[in-house]
Amino acid sequence: MSSQKPSRQTVFRARDVSKIYQMGEVTIHALRGVDLDLYAGELVVMLGASGSGKSTLLNIMGGLDTATSGELHYRDQELSRASDRQLTAFRRDHVGFVFQFYNMIPSLTARENVAIVTDIAADPMRPEEALELVGLKDRMDHFPSQLSGGEQQRVAIARAIAKRPAVLMCDEPTGALDSKTGVRVLQVIEHINREIGTTTAIITHNEVIGRMADRVIRLRDGKVDEIHENAERADPAGLGW
Amino acid sequence: MLTLHRKLVRDLGALKGQVAAIAVVIAAGVMTLMIAVTSLDAIRLSMERYYAEHQLADVFASLSRAPEVLAHRLAEIPGVNQLETRVIAPVRLEVPDFADPVRGILLSIPDGRQPLLNRLYLRAGQLPETGRPDQILISEPFAEAHGLQIGDQLRVIIRGRYEDLSIAGIALSPEFVYQVAPTDLLPDYKRFAVMWMNRRALGNAFGMDGAFNNVIASLQAGAEAAPVIERMDRILAPYGGIGAHDRMDLISHRMLIEEIGQLRVMAVVLPGVFLGVSAFLLSVLMGRIVGTQRQQIAVIKAFGYSDRDLAGHYALLTAMIVAIGVALGVALGFWAGDAMAALYAEYFRFPELVSRLQARVVLLAILVSALAAGLGTWRAVSSAIRLPPAEAMRPPAPPQFHQGWVDRSALGRRLAQTTRIILRNLARHPFKSALTVAGISLSASLLLLGHYQFNAVSHVIDLQYRTVLKMDTHVSFIEPTSRRVLSELRALPGVRYAEGYRSVPVRVVNGHRDERTSLLGLPERPALRGLIDRQYQPIELPAEGLFLTRFLADDLGLAVGDPVILEVMEGQRRVLEVPLAGVVDEPIGLSAYMNIEALNRLMREGPAISGAWLLTDSGQRPALYERLWDAPRVAGIGLISEAEDGFRSYLEDTVLAMMAILLLLAGSITFALVYNNARIAFAERARELATLRVLGFSRAQVGWVLIGEIGLLTVLAIPPGWLLGTLFSWLLSLAFDMDMIRVPFRMAHQSFAFAAAGVIAASSVSVVLIAGRLRRLDMVEALKGVE
Repeated sequence: MSSQKPSRQTVFRARDVSKIYQMGEVTIHALRGVDLDLYAGELVVMLGASGSGKSTLLNIMGGLDTATSGELHYRDQELSRASDRQLTAFRRDHVGFVFQFYNMIPSLTARENVAIVTDIAADPMRPEEALELVGLKDRMDHFPSQLSGGEQQRVAIARAIAKRPAVLMCDEPTGALDSKTGVRVLQVIEHINREIGTTTAIITHNEVIGRMADRVIRLRDGKVDEIHENAERADPAGLGW
Repeated sequence: MLTLHRKLVRDLGALKGQVAAIAVVIAAGVMTLMIAVTSLDAIRLSMERYYAEHQLADVFASLSRAPEVLAHRLAEIPGVNQLETRVIAPVRLEVPDFADPVRGILLSIPDGRQPLLNRLYLRAGQLPETGRPDQILISEPFAEAHGLQIGDQLRVIIRGRYEDLSIAGIALSPEFVYQVAPTDLLPDYKRFAVMWMNRRALGNAFGMDGAFNNVIASLQAGAEAAPVIERMDRILAPYGGIGAHDRMDLISHRMLIEEIGQLRVMAVVLPGVFLGVSAFLLSVLMGRIVGTQRQQIAVIKAFGYSDRDLAGHYALLTAMIVAIGVALGVALGFWAGDAMAALYAEYFRFPELVSRLQARVVLLAILVSALAAGLGTWRAVSSAIRLPPAEAMRPPAPPQFHQGWVDRSALGRRLAQTTRIILRNLARHPFKSALTVAGISLSASLLLLGHYQFNAVSHVIDLQYRTVLKMDTHVSFIEPTSRRVLSELRALPGVRYAEGYRSVPVRVVNGHRDERTSLLGLPERPALRGLIDRQYQPIELPAEGLFLTRFLADDLGLAVGDPVILEVMEGQRRVLEVPLAGVVDEPIGLSAYMNIEALNRLMREGPAISGAWLLTDSGQRPALYERLWDAPRVAGIGLISEAEDGFRSYLEDTVLAMMAILLLLAGSITFALVYNNARIAFAERARELATLRVLGFSRAQVGWVLIGEIGLLTVLAIPPGWLLGTLFSWLLSLAFDMDMIRVPFRMAHQSFAFAAAGVIAASSVSVVLIAGRLRRLDMVEALKGVE
C-alpha cells in the first residue's frame, strides 16, 4: 500500500517540554525538555522503554496532564497555558483516547460506552456506526465483562473515534492483547487513520509496530532520542510478534 | 447526558445492598421526623381549634359555696369577658355489671342550653331537657368503656343520696380532653366518669340551690390572667375559694402542653441523630465509591466531561439514595403517623384529631435529609472532580507505610504477618479508621440510649408502685374526719393495715414564683407511702418543717433551709412561713409533705385526716368495697394496682412502643454501618487479598485480614459508644424532665452489655455475609488488569 505524504501542516508543536511529578516518596523527572512536531493526518508510533516518558508525553499532548515547563501548542492554542476548563473543552472537541487496559465503564454496555462520548460531542457518529467501523456491530449490547480483551479494545477505539476527533491518542493499545488480536486492533486504527484522516499517535514498546507508521519517534530518559521516517507504511496485517 | 445517567442507575444497582442500608437509615430519620411533626401538629391544631370553637375558659376557680348574686361582682372584674357560675359535685356511681367502685364528677350546665364557656361537643343524643331533673350527659370515653347507650339508666350517689338518672346524650368537653380523676395521673375511663346535668336539678340534689361552687371566665382580648385571678381570689375568699387558676393549672391542658413539649424534643433529637448517621454513612460510601472509580472518573474526564458534569453525576447518585430513603420514610411516616394519631385519640379526646399531612412536613423531611446528604457527600464529590485525569490513569502510588511502634515492640515482633497487615492498614488511614470507629460508636450509643429508655421507664413504674405507693387501696373522705375512723377502717373485712393522711390544697410561694399543689400530712414514718431520697432510702418526717418534691423545689428556686410561704386554700386560709426541711426524690407528681401532727396544728384542728391508705387481702376486696361503698363519708375509692396496670399499659402503648422502634432502627443502623464498611473494605482489598491467596495463604488467613480488621474496629468502638450513649441518655433525661414524670438518670449494667452485644451481633452478621464473598474470591480475576 502507498503511504500518502501528509501536507506537513503542524498540529502539535512541543518545545522544551518537561514534567516532574511525585510518586509516593519519589520525585520522577518524566520528561526532560522534549522538542517535537506532529503533522496533520500522519500516523506516528512512539517507541521507548518503560519509564522513557512516552505515556507522559501522550497525556500532556492529549490534555490529560500539564507540563511542568516548556511550551506546547495544538494548532493556535497554547495547551501549556490552558486552564482546566479549556483542557476539558480541548479533550471533548478534538482528542480521542485508547488506553492499554481499555478503561471501559463496567456498568455500561458497548453501545453505551460509546454513547457516553457521543452524548457530549458536537458532530458525532451514531454509536452503532462507530462500532460497525471496528467490526462489533453484533456485540453492541454486551457489557465489558462479556467481551474479550480485543473486543473491549475495539470498543475503546470506537469510543475514541465516534466523536470524529482531530487527534487519536493510543497508549499501548495492544499491550494487553495477544499478537493476532493486537494486529486486528492495529488494522482498525490504521483504517481509521486512512479513511478519516485522524492524526494518530500510538505509544508502544513493540518495535514491530513502528513499521506501520509514517514516522517513528524514539524516546529515552524523557527526551526524543531519534525520529525515523518510514519510506512506506507497512500493512498491519503483515505484522507479527 | 443520557448515558452518564444510565451509568448512575447501573451503579445504584451494583451497590444495592449498601444503598438499601443507607436508605433505611434516612427513612428512619424521615419517619421519626414525620411522626413527631405530624403528631405535634395534630395535637396542637386539634387543641387550638377545639378550644376556640368550644370557648374554653381562661380562668377557673373553685369555692365552697357562694350565692348566685355574687356572679355580678365577679363579672365586673376588669379584663373578664364572659363569666359563668357552675355547680360541680363529686359523685359515686353504680354501673350495671361492673363491681369496682366508680367515681365521677357531675357538672352543671344551664337548663336546656349549652354553656357560654366550655361548650360541649355532642357526639350523640341531646342536651337534658329543661325541667327534666333525671337526665344527664356522659362523657364519651366513659360511655365507650362501659358500652353505655342513650336511654340507659345510671345510679348516681350525690351527697349520699341515690338518684336514678337517664342518659340523654354523649358529649366531649374542651375542659376534659385528657380526662383524668383529680388525684390520678392517667385516665381510667372505667372508674372515673365526667357527667353534666341541668343546673337547677344539680343545685337541688347537691344542696346548691341558688348558689354555686365553681366559676369559669374568659378574658378580654389582651387582658392578663394574673390580675383577674387576684381580684377573683379576694372576692371568693370569704366563700371558701381555694384559689383561681389559669389554663396552665387545668390538668387536661397541662398534659397536652407537656405532650407537645415532649414531641418538640422528639422532633429535633431523634431525626437529628438518624440523619446525622446517614450523612456520615453517605460520606463514607461516596468517599469510597469515588476511590474505587478513580479510573472511571479519569476516563470520563479524558472524554471531555467537565467537573460540573461529574459533580452533577455523583450528586445525582446521592440524590437518588436520598430520594429512595425519603420515599420509604414518608410512606412509613404516613403509616406510623396514623397509628400514632389513633394512639393519641385514645388518651386525648378531641371531637376529631386534625391530622392532615402537610406538604410542609414532607418538604421539611426532604430538605433536612438532602442537607445531611449534601454535607456528607460534599468532600467525596469535590475530591472526585479535583482528580486530574492523567493522575487517575496512573496506578496509584504504593501507599506509604512506616514501621510503627507496633513493629518495634516485643509484642509486635511476635504478631503474624496478617495481623501486621491489619494494624498497618489501620495506622495508615488513621482518619478513615477513626471515622469508622466513630460510626460504630454512634450506633452503640443509640442502642444504649434505647435500652436506657426501656429501663428507666420501667424503673420509674417500679419505683412508684413498689417504693412510693405501697398501699393497694386509697379511700378519700368527703371532708376532714377524725383520726378515730382509722380503727373503724381496720375493723373492716380484709383490711390488714390502714394509715391516715391529711391533704390540704396550698399555694407554695417563693418570691414571684408559685405552684399550686396539695400538702400531704403523713405520720413520722409512713408505712404505706414512701418518701425517698436520692438513694431511694426512706426519709423520716421531723416534727416541724416542710418537704417538697425536688423538681418543685428546684423549679421554685428553693434550697433546704430557705423559708417558704405557704398559702393554705382551705379552712381559715392562713398564710404561713415554714422552713424547707428537705427534698423528696420521687419520680412522679409534684407535692409538698409535712408531719401530720404539724399540719393539724397549722390548720388549727384536732387530729383530722382527709383519707386513708389500706393494705387489704385481695380475696376479700369485693366485700370490703361494698362496705366502704355504703359509708357516707367516703368520697372515693381508688385501686392502686389498677392504676399501676393503667400506667404500665400506657407506657407500653406509647413510650415502650416508641422505644422498641428506636431499638430496631439503631440495630439496623449498626448493621448498615458495619456491613457497608466491610463491603467497601472488601472491594478495596480484593486484589491484595487475592495476591495473598496466590502466595499460598489459606482462606482463613486471608479472611482474618478483613474480618480481624472489622472485629478490631468494632471492639475499639464499644467504649466510646458507651460514653456517648451515656451522654445521650443524660441529655434525654434532662429533656424529658417534666412536671408530671421525671425519668431518673441511672445507667444499668445490662444497658452497656446490650449495646456492646448489639454492635458485635451486627458486625457478626456482616462478617458472615462478607465471608461468602471471600469464598468466591477469584484469584485470577482479581489480579487481572485494573478496570
